[in-house]
Amino acid sequence: MPTVAPLDLDGHILAVEFLGDTPFFANANGTFHRLDGGEKVSEAHQGMLTCIRDPYSEGLISGGEDGKVLRIGADASVTEIASAPRKWISQLAAGPQGAIAYSYGKSAFVRLANGETKEFTEERTVEGLAFAPKGLRIAAARYNGVSLHWVSTAAKPIDLEWKGAHTGVTFSPDGNFLVTSMQENALHGWKLDIKPGTEARHMRMTGYPAKVKSLSWSAKGKWLASSGAPAAIVWPFQGKDGPMGKSPLELGTRANIMATAVKFHPAEDILAIGFIDGMILAVRLADNKEALIRRPGKGAITAMSWSKNGKLLAFASEAGDCGVVDISA
Amino acid sequence: MTDAISTQQKPIPVTVLTGYLGAGKTTLLNRILSENHGKKYAVIVNEFGEIGIDNDLIVESDEEIYEMNNGCVCCTVRGDLIRVVEGLMRRPGRFDGIIVETTGLADPVPVAQTFFMDDDVRAKTELDAVVALVDAKHLPLRLKDSREAEDQIAFADVVLINKTDLVTAEELAQIEDIVRAINPSARVYKTNRSGVDLARVLDQGAFNLERALENDPHFLDHGHDDHVCGPDCDHDHHHHAHGDDHDHDHHHHDHGHDHHHHGAVSPIHDVTVQSVSLRGGEMIAERFFPWIQKITQTQGPNILRLKGIIAFKDDAERYVVQGVHMIVEGDHQRPWKDGEKHETRLVFIGRELDREKLEASFKACEAAA
Repeated sequence: MPTVAPLDLDGHILAVEFLGDTPFFANANGTFHRLDGGEKVSEAHQGMLTCIRDPYSEGLISGGEDGKVLRIGADASVTEIASAPRKWISQLAAGPQGAIAYSYGKSAFVRLANGETKEFTEERTVEGLAFAPKGLRIAAARYNGVSLHWVSTAAKPIDLEWKGAHTGVTFSPDGNFLVTSMQENALHGWKLDIKPGTEARHMRMTGYPAKVKSLSWSAKGKWLASSGAPAAIVWPFQGKDGPMGKSPLELGTRANIMATAVKFHPAEDILAIGFIDGMILAVRLADNKEALIRRPGKGAITAMSWSKNGKLLAFASEAGDCGVVDISA
Repeated sequence: MTDAISTQQKPIPVTVLTGYLGAGKTTLLNRILSENHGKKYAVIVNEFGEIGIDNDLIVESDEEIYEMNNGCVCCTVRGDLIRVVEGLMRRPGRFDGIIVETTGLADPVPVAQTFFMDDDVRAKTELDAVVALVDAKHLPLRLKDSREAEDQIAFADVVLINKTDLVTAEELAQIEDIVRAINPSARVYKTNRSGVDLARVLDQGAFNLERALENDPHFLDHGHDDHVCGPDCDHDHHHHAHGDDHDHDHHHHDHGHDHHHHGAVSPIHDVTVQSVSLRGGEMIAERFFPWIQKITQTQGPNILRLKGIIAFKDDAERYVVQGVHMIVEGDHQRPWKDGEKHETRLVFIGRELDREKLEASFKACEAAA
């Protein structure tokens, strides 16, 4: 088994991301802990609700119970991006050209690099946000579907409809598919590269025993891994029709122990699977070979992150028992 | 689940406050937040409004109703509560309980069902009680205006008849009659300025099968002295469309509730909620369970609440059931006490309930049947 460098924190750790070679752990109490030649702590929010990695720069974006949207730099510097007093900011997305999206209530906001903020209102609460990989376009998940807005033009949004509550949203890396997680134990997908005016192409991905809370695309976008079952459920997206008519892979299957977090390796088709009991497995898709990365701990794995070279895997837990695993050792 | 999961804590109790604008919800909330009872509460409100307390655990939330995609029209939950509760429960050490304040017009059912139907919410919290505040002065008008006012009373475990200083003793008695007619199983308190002992509102365990019905003086017991008759006491019996029969017609002529005359009953002509109380002997489990399943499956949309204590044949323990619409759950509660009568009692509160059919099919589950 690879060596685990443990980091025992006090509280629910909701995210972990690498900035450079330094893992940053986001604590629900509002602080960041980073392992940078020893543990360092910095204050950010009065209660943190979400934290994501900006894929376009070396920074984190976080939202909190204090209504603030913050950018955290690799040196742990804190910059305020937006503030909505007394609102909870639990949904964020980071897009191209320095755009940051956040939401509260029935509005999604996109703050552009020049400081200008655009508001997009929905009829129902915005529950999930994602930027398309190409073009400045934001998807807002809401009840009965997803609204796709072009940020820079006043063009009418495209409404992707599917009955039910959509609580999260993600684009495939090539931008050809959009997938939502739902309140019911299911994912729903739309094929986006269809001719204008043709009927929507739906993908129903069902059969989960629990809600799907963690999604991860493989490096080349051929696979979408998901939590919500006592295994990682991995849907094939190689073909032009995505997983339509195909069965998913079930990786790292355990008896009645739920997978709570999934994360693909940045280069290889290797998936890290975190479980509700704190155990972590790594599974190679090519041959289903499993490796135990971490034995069960104190609480459910909430998030994992690979270093850029794929040699380190950092993990966060809801009980605070976090750590970094050196896979190459 | 394994023993390794040490984050499994005792579920946090959740109290739901309902009531129309002006009924006194904010006053009650301010008391809960400011009085020295040694406990801290997180409060989920629709808008901050007039809560005068500076508390960073007051969370504003937009009512967001989800219908579940399972073909059940009454299976609704509050999506916003799922998200807020998830956020709050990441730092549970900050508070001892959660209070959800609903808007005046809110349907209490999706709020309550959230705590049964969402697995994540259910794993960490426990619905403690639904408390309805009623404005004594304006209740008759509210009942005429809307179905929600009635639903809120029908659905409650505790009803506070507030602002009693604004009405006469006779008017107050009428209001209490109406409330008890709509919901015979609720605990009812008469208050001014929401001045109820908070121990009567918080930590009630009304949905806890072990505690529910244990200390419930009014649960299906209509025979004792402090009983308040339903408002249709001096109605002709063919008016009983709203069916508050109570199994005790003989009372009707003894009480002499003169204050019911002179059109005072008119407000309650709009009352569409009824309760059906059933009482029987020992039940055959193989008959009772399919029966209650069928009733809740077929009549779930019409059933707001159901509660009951079941005596099963050859079973040394009391069995308790409770339900909301199509959700029904039950468990053994405690051994029957020596000398305690092995009797089954059930109350359904809802609309368009077929009393005779319920009664007949219930009786068919009896061991003696």
